[in-house]
Amino acid sequence: MAYDKFTVLQSSAVPLPIENVDTDQIIPARFLKATERKGFGDNLFRDWRYNNDDSPKQDFVLNNPIYSGKILVAGKNFGSGSSREHAAWAIYDYGFRCVISSFFADIFKGNSLNIGILPVTVSAEFLDKIFKAIEADPKTEIKVDLPEQKVTIVATGEQESFDINGYKKHNMMNGFDDIDYLQSAKEDIKAFAAQSLY
Amino acid sequence: MSNQATTLFDKVWDAHVVRKIADGPDVLFIDRHFIHEVTSPVAFLGLEQRGIGVLYPERTFATADHNTPTINQHLPVQDPLSAIQLKALETNSAKYGISHWGLNNPKNGIVHVVGPENGITLPGMSIVCGDSHTSTHGAFGAIAFGIGTSEVEMVLSSQCIMQPKPKKMRISVNGQLQKGVVPKDVVLYIISQLTAAGATGYFVEFAGDVFENMTMEGRMTVCNMSIEMGARGGMVAPDETTFNYIQGREKAPKDEAWDKALAYWKTLKTDADASFDKEYQFNAADIEPMITYGTNPGMGIGISQSIPTAESIGSGQASFDKSMAYMGFQQGEAMMGKKVDYVFVGSCTNGRIEDFRAFASVVKGRKKADHVTAWIVPGSHIVEAQIREEGIYDILTEAGFQLRQPGCSACLAMNDDKIPAGKYAVSTSNRNFEGRQGPGARTLLASPLVAAAAAVTGVVTDPRELLV
Ligand code: SF4
Repeated sequence: MAYDKFTVLQSSAVPLPIENVDTDQIIPARFLKATERKGFGDNLFRDWRYNNDDSPKQDFVLNNPIYSGKILVAGKNFGSGSSREHAAWAIYDYGFRCVISSFFADIFKGNSLNIGILPVTVSAEFLDKIFKAIEADPKTEIKVDLPEQKVTIVATGEQESFDINGYKKHNMMNGFDDIDYLQSAKEDIKAFAAQSLY
Repeated sequence: MSNQATTLFDKVWDAHVVRKIADGPDVLFIDRHFIHEVTSPVAFLGLEQRGIGVLYPERTFATADHNTPTINQHLPVQDPLSAIQLKALETNSAKYGISHWGLNNPKNGIVHVVGPENGITLPGMSIVCGDSHTSTHGAFGAIAFGIGTSEVEMVLSSQCIMQPKPKKMRISVNGQLQKGVVPKDVVLYIISQLTAAGATGYFVEFAGDVFENMTMEGRMTVCNMSIEMGARGGMVAPDETTFNYIQGREKAPKDEAWDKALAYWKTLKTDADASFDKEYQFNAADIEPMITYGTNPGMGIGISQSIPTAESIGSGQASFDKSMAYMGFQQGEAMMGKKVDYVFVGSCTNGRIEDFRAFASVVKGRKKADHVTAWIVPGSHIVEAQIREEGIYDILTEAGFQLRQPGCSACLAMNDDKIPAGKYAVSTSNRNFEGRQGPGARTLLASPLVAAAAAVTGVVTDPRELLV
């Protein structure tokens, strides 16, 4: 599925300073019944965001109008649990393009990169700085520069570098995905399959 | 040929690399691909939008499990959205020539139960499925892991996915397990020691005499939960136990093909001086029957212990407090004696015949506690048939339990089997996340023996007290 190119993103951010946010919280299983990839944003963090009668929970950050932006900043071990790509779709569909944390679960990280969300891993100290900056000023802007692989708290100029492999970086910057690549590798794949034991 | 010592994981991984991309992932060939109704529809839609087809339909197997009801499976599925997904799986499979075991097919069951029991899962394979517990198949010495829907589309269209090679971890457990301690306890113990993120970025090999002496069912339970410590997957070196389990199963190789495969499988082990990026060693004698008290699978303790503090488990205080508030527990409390409302036996972790044998060994001659609602759900029709053949069905019925029909059931609250808000469930499944078994449901993960002890006493009970 093609997605928008990602180069430099500067935006205010939504803070979620909770650890071990699993994909069942991001999108509960009962909302996985669609056969299309649309509308998941409405149910992002459903059970944290809404009461049983569908009224919004006032104390949850997505219901607090002072926070907005295209960047989600979350506590360590974000996206653990189920492999459901729906979790990444929900985040994308809600309007986030980047998630910053000090630690990501593997499958979530892979899924995000595959659909055009940039997962940015920063040190625990830098994550803390970002949370503090947002706490001090909810409108504070964060700049995520993919070509330079740097994340900056704009107001203070504090900065940290992040890692991403060259292949994924190239894909994100050009809006390519792995399926495009694999289609171009078909001949090698067929030759490989021909000598497979199974 | 280099004569460098390598691990089991390296051997299997390297045998599947079609291409290496500099500063990027490997293109990995996938031998077997399992699909189910929830994570595949959008992948098929993607194929259509791109105008590409399925490259090797014979390497993909479809089964319906997540959404399926566990009673009255002969009737039309009530939930309209579930019915649509189930229908989509059937139509897509038929359209592309993929083998499909839908509801009421005698081979139907949970994907990670039916793969092994029909001989589809074999040592040395690369196996993926849009489900994180695909790690189960690693019990056979396969590299098996869960993938997202974009990757399902990749495998359908090219039989490959693109993966950076994970780091390698070995977890060894040696010694003699205590009576009443079963594979589920071993893996819950390991996760409690490593935490729910302790193996993120790694592929794990389980080694040592505890795993060598384990049955295939037990090894599947352990590998199943490797994802719960963050690992991409876990594996156990194939041995005689593995070969005996596979031989004669429907899709297993036969005759000459068997001999050829067997000769290869025997080479699949870690060389004596191979090195790992990380190693852990545990002593079997330290493991008690386990139970979880919190909202991730790393929050587990020996059943006789009390709930620890945030500090002692290295968790942030706010996250720990949130978890305790959700569970309605407090640090320092004992788990033993806590009231239990529901018991769930099943799932791809503990829905195999051995699990029901273990459960029956405790409930035999006893009665279900009146206030407990129990859902006893076989992992497949084949398991269900075994339950009946072995007389376990009669033991269950006499004790006041009913057997449901195969499926994921209460493992994930996607079908009708949901634990009500605020209720406590001792479950043999693999996740105790908030809302995993239903909005507001409180899950205590445990072995089939602990589940049985809870089911007959109505409270958290040490099963060792009930074993003769
Ligand atoms: S039983 Fe649970 S963990 Fe296993 S495949 Fe089904 S939903 Fe996933």
